[in-house]
Amino acid sequence: MKTESKLEKVLASGQLAVTSECGPPRGARPEKVREKTEMLKGCVDAINVTDNQTAMVRMSSFAACIIIKQMGLDPILQMVSRDRNRLAMQSDIIGAYAHGINTMLCLSGDHTHFGDHPMAVSVYDIDSVQAIQMVKKMRDEGKFQGGGDIDTPPKMFIGAAANPFADPFELRVARLAKKVNAGVDFIQTQCIYNLDKFEIWMKGVCDRGLDKKVSILAGITPMKSVGMAKYMKNRVPGMDVPDELIKRMAGVPKEKQPEEGIKIAVESIERLKEVKGVAGFHIMAIEWEQKVRELVERAGLLPRPQL
Amino acid sequence: MIVAEQKPIEEIMEYISPYNRILLVGCNECVTVCAAGGRKEVGILSSALQMAFMKEGKTLEVKEITLERQCDPEYVEELVTHIDQAEVVLSMACGCGVQEIARRFSAKLVFPALNTKFMGASERQGVWAERCQGCGDCILGLTGGICPVARCSKRLLNGPCGGSTGGNCEISKDVDCVWNIIWERLKSLGMEDRYEEVMTAKDWRPSWHGGPRKIIREDLAE
Amino acid sequence: MGNFEPVIVAFCCNYCAYTAADMAGSMRHCYPPNVKIVKVPCTGKVDVKHIMLALRKGADGVYVAGCLEGDCHFKNGNNKAALRVARVKKILDEIGIEKERVEMVTMSAGMGKDFARIAVEITEKIRKLGPNPVKNISAGQSKLATG
Repeated sequence: MKTESKLEKVLASGQLAVTSECGPPRGARPEKVREKTEMLKGCVDAINVTDNQTAMVRMSSFAACIIIKQMGLDPILQMVSRDRNRLAMQSDIIGAYAHGINTMLCLSGDHTHFGDHPMAVSVYDIDSVQAIQMVKKMRDEGKFQGGGDIDTPPKMFIGAAANPFADPFELRVARLAKKVNAGVDFIQTQCIYNLDKFEIWMKGVCDRGLDKKVSILAGITPMKSVGMAKYMKNRVPGMDVPDELIKRMAGVPKEKQPEEGIKIAVESIERLKEVKGVAGFHIMAIEWEQKVRELVERAGLLPRPQL
Repeated sequence: MIVAEQKPIEEIMEYISPYNRILLVGCNECVTVCAAGGRKEVGILSSALQMAFMKEGKTLEVKEITLERQCDPEYVEELVTHIDQAEVVLSMACGCGVQEIARRFSAKLVFPALNTKFMGASERQGVWAERCQGCGDCILGLTGGICPVARCSKRLLNGPCGGSTGGNCEISKDVDCVWNIIWERLKSLGMEDRYEEVMTAKDWRPSWHGGPRKIIREDLAE
Repeated sequence: MGNFEPVIVAFCCNYCAYTAADMAGSMRHCYPPNVKIVKVPCTGKVDVKHIMLALRKGADGVYVAGCLEGDCHFKNGNNKAALRVARVKKILDEIGIEKERVEMVTMSAGMGKDFARIAVEITEKIRKLGPNPVKNISAGQSKLATG
């Protein structure tokens, strides 16, 4: 084991891992974090805490991670390179580890253009691949990115994202290989709606043996309505929502659409379980955390292993 | 070249409205090529400002001069014979030219008439696009001659990010995904293997982050 | 204001509008003496700078008369002129002067009657707009030598 991370242990045991996420509130409301966390208790192995997602200011991922940790659950610290330079990133990583946070996700982050501070500086001192290298160096060599020694290095289990659906498609396996070369331990993918395309990507990943070097958690986001499906298709960059799925959602009455969305998600998980290289699921139920337990249960992923 | 564009006339008017004798100084270099501050643009702005003054019942005397290079002390010196006749200077050069006038004439106010935008190239007639950020440590040799530092919205050295769609950047359909361009270029050069080499974190000291930069050439400096 | 006679400068292409003006004369189609014609080899030669200068010197209106779409003897000089007229309109807007004082028009060499009609229309439009607001001052304005 490289770390004390629960996620690492679950993955090492060979069982399918389940993670979900918690978007922190846009205000000093710890109870909001607790509410969301409470809903995820016992049905996931670890909880991602987003870092100013969609470039909107929210409670820091670090602070919300501590709240979750205090509740006895396992947070995953998300960190975007958009808002911090390498000094700030490393100090937060040490600080988080000092609070027992041992799993993190390195991201570049949505551009500030999309958020509520489009006038802000985009830092991008390093990118997500370089962030992986940095965290690995901190953990395995006990060195800061600048070369200095760390007194008690943070032992982080290192994650990153992959979007099999962005363009150019032919580069998507190669980009994952780059993250693997940089030393990433696990991957959480973009929401998967186009399963055929995902399987093609996954085959490319396995053909290169990358699935042996990194644990890939397939991203699942249940859709609440046909409106949400259309929004994801048309407005979210790098999202691939097939028309059949939109038709299927549109084909049921509005009040039944949430159930249809959950059904689709369960079916997706069932099919993805059979795909070689899938090591687990990352469930991003955006402002719909109360449905995670049901989804995980119906997909046959309960109970979660006690390690 | 350095690419600039004229400020809104309203903003320029805020600067110069208290005066009625100005020296309007263009530059024959980059800003002439990008049609922002050459002799022709000096003439147009001069007419526009005079008309704006006249409309208010005031007059504005404009002395128009276009220097060979406003960022060069040798040429800025040519203003010596005119500077006293003007109350203030309005410069149509890039920020370098404005500052050279400020440095040379310590007792004279100088205002910028342009916004200096970027170092770029002409894509076609009337269209300029950013190409270089002067990071001070060129990596074009590693990226097929296409710069991710200047042209990736997230400055990713290991792109493209997950927002690249149909060759466009996630921030706008009007912005190319530079990593898509780099990839196409590497393919056409038969250098696909190059893509998977991880580019390590960049040392930004040679860039502005190491503080304002200066080059002293021992063989040339006096 | 009752006896206001606008001064209008018309930049006319040698190949079309200027010839059309000639034809208007020989066909006895009257057009107002307010229109002062400046003959140019192609309207593509007319720059923003020239139009602005005419207005600053007190012209109440300026129009550029070029060839019909696709008929420019130099391929697309008329299209360039149209873009420059649009630019002048934008500048006039910025400094608070009616952008209707400048126009782009097109015609062929044989359209003498149309030349006269357009000259009348523009003169009447400018007459309604009233004098160029910079007019009186520009007459008395002394300008430093340009370098």
